[in-house]
Amino acid sequence: MSSIHIRINRRRFLQGASAAVVSAGSLGRAFAQGAALKVGVLLPRSGYQAGIGQDCQRGVDLATGLLKELGYPNLQIVNGDTESNVDTARAQAEKLIGEGAQLLVGAFDSGQSSAIAQVAEQKGVPFVINIAAAPPITEQGYKFVFRNFPTAPMILGDAFANQKEIFEAAGTAPKTAVMMHANDTFGTAMQQGIGAVMPKFNMPYKIVETIAYDPTARDLSVEVTKAKAAGAELLVMVSRLNDAILITRELVKQRWTPQGIFSMGPGWYEDQYLKTLGKLADGPISFAPWYDPNKKVAKMLEAALAKKYPGINLNTNHVYTFEALLVAADAYKRTGSNDPKTLAEAIRTTNITDNVSPGPGISFNAKGQNDKLKDSAFQNRGGKCVVVAPKEAANAKAEFPMKPYNQRA
Amino acid sequence: MPLDIYLNVIVSGVLTGLVYGLMALGLSVIFGVIRVVNFAHGEMMAVAMYIAVVLFSSFGLDPLLMMVPIAIVLFAFGYLLQARLINLFIDRPEHTQFMLLVAVAIIIVNTLLMIFGPDAQSVQTSYAYDSFQVGPLIVDATKAYAGIAAVAVSAALFAFFRFAPIGQAIRACADNHTGALVVGLNVNRLYALTFGIGAACVGAAGAMIVLFIDVTPALGPAYTLLAFVIVITGGLGSMPGALLGGVLIGVTEAVAGLLFSPSAKSMFSFALLVLVLLFRPQGLLGTAQR
Repeated sequence: MSSIHIRINRRRFLQGASAAVVSAGSLGRAFAQGAALKVGVLLPRSGYQAGIGQDCQRGVDLATGLLKELGYPNLQIVNGDTESNVDTARAQAEKLIGEGAQLLVGAFDSGQSSAIAQVAEQKGVPFVINIAAAPPITEQGYKFVFRNFPTAPMILGDAFANQKEIFEAAGTAPKTAVMMHANDTFGTAMQQGIGAVMPKFNMPYKIVETIAYDPTARDLSVEVTKAKAAGAELLVMVSRLNDAILITRELVKQRWTPQGIFSMGPGWYEDQYLKTLGKLADGPISFAPWYDPNKKVAKMLEAALAKKYPGINLNTNHVYTFEALLVAADAYKRTGSNDPKTLAEAIRTTNITDNVSPGPGISFNAKGQNDKLKDSAFQNRGGKCVVVAPKEAANAKAEFPMKPYNQRA
Repeated sequence: MPLDIYLNVIVSGVLTGLVYGLMALGLSVIFGVIRVVNFAHGEMMAVAMYIAVVLFSSFGLDPLLMMVPIAIVLFAFGYLLQARLINLFIDRPEHTQFMLLVAVAIIIVNTLLMIFGPDAQSVQTSYAYDSFQVGPLIVDATKAYAGIAAVAVSAALFAFFRFAPIGQAIRACADNHTGALVVGLNVNRLYALTFGIGAACVGAAGAMIVLFIDVTPALGPAYTLLAFVIVITGGLGSMPGALLGGVLIGVTEAVAGLLFSPSAKSMFSFALLVLVLLFRPQGLLGTAQR
């Protein structure tokens, strides 16, 4: 066996000793600051929701620098991919907790978030939901699950109020509507919610046909043909990104422009939708959680996004993913503890007023739900979104009825 | 519901089904001659779709015009795959062949994922949003072009196997493997040619389908399954059966989507498959094996 002989002279000894002193100093500082909170961020980074998952990731990317600027401690982000699949979401949550994640954030989708919530509750690790609207998630009596995102009934209540405002301003209202919805957890919950909430608002239109479709489908021509055949004036949508693009293409090809396209969820305002469809993207109005452009942190987030991702507009995905990490950092700052139980207790008493989303701020009720959030109505206009309702938050008037597709250059 | 709605949906189903049929034709040709089931069929179509996307985004080349070059590239890929790899497994048990092609499929999906990422990609041709109106009938232009091209490619393939000497030699191999060896045919080369031709079919189908369907790496397995449903319905190894199966599946899904819930339309194509397996196991145009 060969051996290695190291000759130690005075110079080498001094170099080694200096390095040891410097290392010991760094180590001391690291302990003084405390180890960063290990946050597992679960998003659909691949699969049919990959586009939106990657958009949410931008909110994660911005959070690190911005939280530091706001005086919050460092977070150590560990990424997980749910692959747009409920079973994978559950497995990934278990894996991240097994790897030492002290808090989970995610997962954009209600089905995937429900699965992660079960794991988080079982393991006693706090889970802050960034985006997921199905009400049952925070109705289970979970102690470790928190949601800073409106539930479907909250979104719908604000949506119908904003729609009435738009009809009043336009001086016209449709009498019939056809509803198309994705047949996933979120889409089905929203469809049931619309049926339950709409009668309370005495809307001028009635839904004459409801069409459920598979959001992973690659061809939605039959679905659009069926919707067109209903002869309705308004198209109400609960969809995702890829299906929103497919449906718009079919609307153009099948030469049908309804008076308006009202989206009660994601898809229609996403950057990829706006870029892929160009002028054909103009017109749809989304009724969804958005951000308050007048808040200081909203402006900071908008500026950070513009710097890091030029040409990308700030949207729901960035805002609520950032805020989920803000909740985590705030709890960690207040407790200084990595203990999941202590963190969960701290999150329950969250009271952040310096935030991005509309409403008074971030706080959670006994069920772990932020029930003070407010939603907006915003319309696609020239590659951007303008807020058209409610009046106090609007920066433009709604174009209703929308311009027919065949009259666009 | 007005009659023209049914007509629109049926025409759309036929056109889509023709392209599906061309894709499945490749699978049927490969199985009919080599007796190997190509479990990487949909993944090979995804490769063709990505080639079309790259050619369009980088050079502005229309996928329909690029159909022949893309088919040639896939032919070369298929030829080499058979000549260098699958021929080595020809005499091995079927489960070994199955695992080999599943492995090839997984490698293709992950390679595409590494190169192109998970986002859906599409081509936006100048006619992407065009449609033709004939009375009450509105026909999607991209589907019409793709459907016509699928018929033309299928006709050329039928003619090749019927009249070209190499095509006849391939049929001889399929009919009687031992006889083909006895008369001195280079069977391994003919197998490689056959796999190449099957891959070229899927290449041409990919160039057409990308006109109306966005491509993602995850698309492959779904289309492999679809190709199986089509060829089993039409008759495994039967070329006209593949086209018929494609059209039947296309129309069944479209009409079922219209009459029942669109989200359950795939259920009807599988129900059709079950019926065929129950009452005509060899497929609609297949030959019963004794």
